[in-house]
Amino acid sequence: MSSVTYDHVVKRYTADITVVKDMYVEIKDKEFMVLVGPSGCGKSTALRMLAGLESITEGEIRIGDRVVNNVAAKDRDIAMVFQSYALYPHMSVFDNMAFPLQMAHMKKPEIDKRVRSASKILGLDNFLSRKPRALSGGQRQRVALGRAIVRSPKVFLLDEPLSNLDAKLRGQTRIELQKLHRELETTFIYVTHDQVEAMTMGDRIAIMNAGILQQVGTPGEVYDHPANLFVAGFIGTPTMNFVPVTTSDSSAKASGFELKLPKAVPAGKGMLGFRPEALTDKPSDVSTLEMKVDVVERLGSDQFLYGQVGGDAVTARVDPRMKVEPGDTAKLGLDVRGLHLFDAQTETAFF
Amino acid sequence: MTVAAAAQPTSSATMFSPRWIADHLSRWPLHIAVIGLTAAWMVPTIGLLVSSFRPFSGQATSGWWTAFANPTTFTISNYTQVLSAGTTNLGQAFFNSFMISVPATVLPVSIGAFAAYAFAWMKFPGRNGLFLALVGLLAVPLQLTFIPVLSFYVQHLHWTTNNLEATGIPGLPWVPLWLAHAGYGLPFSIYLLANFFRALPSDLFESAEIDGAGTLTVFFRIVLPLSVPALASLVIFQFLWVWNDLLVALIYVGGTPSVAPLTVNLAGLTTSLGQGSNLLTSAAFFSMIVPLIVFLSLQRYFVRGILAGSVKG
Repeated sequence: MSSVTYDHVVKRYTADITVVKDMYVEIKDKEFMVLVGPSGCGKSTALRMLAGLESITEGEIRIGDRVVNNVAAKDRDIAMVFQSYALYPHMSVFDNMAFPLQMAHMKKPEIDKRVRSASKILGLDNFLSRKPRALSGGQRQRVALGRAIVRSPKVFLLDEPLSNLDAKLRGQTRIELQKLHRELETTFIYVTHDQVEAMTMGDRIAIMNAGILQQVGTPGEVYDHPANLFVAGFIGTPTMNFVPVTTSDSSAKASGFELKLPKAVPAGKGMLGFRPEALTDKPSDVSTLEMKVDVVERLGSDQFLYGQVGGDAVTARVDPRMKVEPGDTAKLGLDVRGLHLFDAQTETAFF
Repeated sequence: MTVAAAAQPTSSATMFSPRWIADHLSRWPLHIAVIGLTAAWMVPTIGLLVSSFRPFSGQATSGWWTAFANPTTFTISNYTQVLSAGTTNLGQAFFNSFMISVPATVLPVSIGAFAAYAFAWMKFPGRNGLFLALVGLLAVPLQLTFIPVLSFYVQHLHWTTNNLEATGIPGLPWVPLWLAHAGYGLPFSIYLLANFFRALPSDLFESAEIDGAGTLTVFFRIVLPLSVPALASLVIFQFLWVWNDLLVALIYVGGTPSVAPLTVNLAGLTTSLGQGSNLLTSAAFFSMIVPLIVFLSLQRYFVRGILAGSVKG
């Protein structure tokens, strides 16, 4: 139970290879923070610096008020769950979970008590004498969690713990992890490349790209108010539509339409963004787009239209009852509340 | 899993279907090669075994395969002669061989394991250079080392068998030989183990580090238990080599019966004129017992998939 602060942290391997650039983020006590980004964005390195597996080139990492830059991994009061689980294959489930406690020279009855209570939480009671090779992927994953839980650490670090599970199990484990977080009342820091995991599990999300922290916020904030083009494109499926526009005062002109912007912006080139669900099957007088539909996907609860508006590719998520066929030209209304405008040069959001 | 899959490729094809025939034909060269190799190794051994039950006169005049035509000539006299203490001193030699082989195996394997761990998982300056030098040592013929090492032992340390025996400390006369065997065995030992250790998943080490295990704990509680197959094969190699070695033993401890191993004793059984060569056959068989026991008892540690369940890859 502790806050974690990355205070302008830099990780540099050589003079020109910098994998984490000036990262500043405060993670609150008991918060479930998700670090998300494409592979190679530095999120795992950021986590490993906190774990003590990588050195910190510049800046400070604090757990609570304690600077841990030069504290050994084992003394940081953290526990980590690895993507590969990293179970000790020659030890039983019990011994795997007892190992960190034995290393801390804990008394046997206490070890026994802790391992048994953790295995109860995780439903591993009946497997304590088994070796990891005799367990399923989901069970192995829970042993890895158990090994972290028994230590009652201040901070839990999870490095893509679900990526080796199949889709169904991943969904279940996602829910179990959230429950676990609530039960343990501990800070969780969770690294993933999967934005769905990030959106569903995180109290807050920190989005990284190319070693730079792009935005930190609740799932709602990053979805509704992306700070820049990258975040807007990374969060949400299908991805946000991006249409290059020329702005003048408070109107924007694209290749296929022109609309009034809710706010005045400097004249110039911009990138207009709107999510597929901002398009509706009701043409509005404020802004109507004519979309040449190429592909129609009906999913029962949703209907996705893929096509062209002017010269730009656009995806729309419309009412499944709307009648539209490939080749049609559909008149769609655009909800201006869902509009985003990004500077074409700096890629930061005007709104 | 791949092993299980490879073991039954034929079960899926129906009998005498083209695929079945192809499967079976494709295995013929393999079978022939395996059987041929086995035969090539077995024939001399069987010849030795048959000869060891033939009298000297028979061995000297006809090939061992002719013995079957005349089974009444088989005798166990070669064995009784060799085992009778008075003539060959076999019991003492057997004991000596044991006293030489066990430390000369334990030393290079244990020191090698520590060194290999350092080479595989610890960062220190010059690691790669040292490792390369070590691999280079594998190519040095050990005969080159006899004179410098022996002159160091004798001239500087005064470690002659006589001097060491005179101290009266049991085992001391073998120390030069133990050290020599350890030295000769170490490069291979380190090379083999370092490669094995390096292949262990790094997540295990990081996980252990976070769990609070120090370097030695990781070595004893994680690396060693997971390396049992490599250690077992190394022990077999080293033990067989030391047990069967004649040259190194002769150089460093000489032929004094109180310290000389079985191989020296066996070599002494036969004279340059070929007398006593009948005893050689039975004695050779006798000396094979121990390596066989070592091999068979360690064989079960060749566990396939010892890392299964550790990391999902």
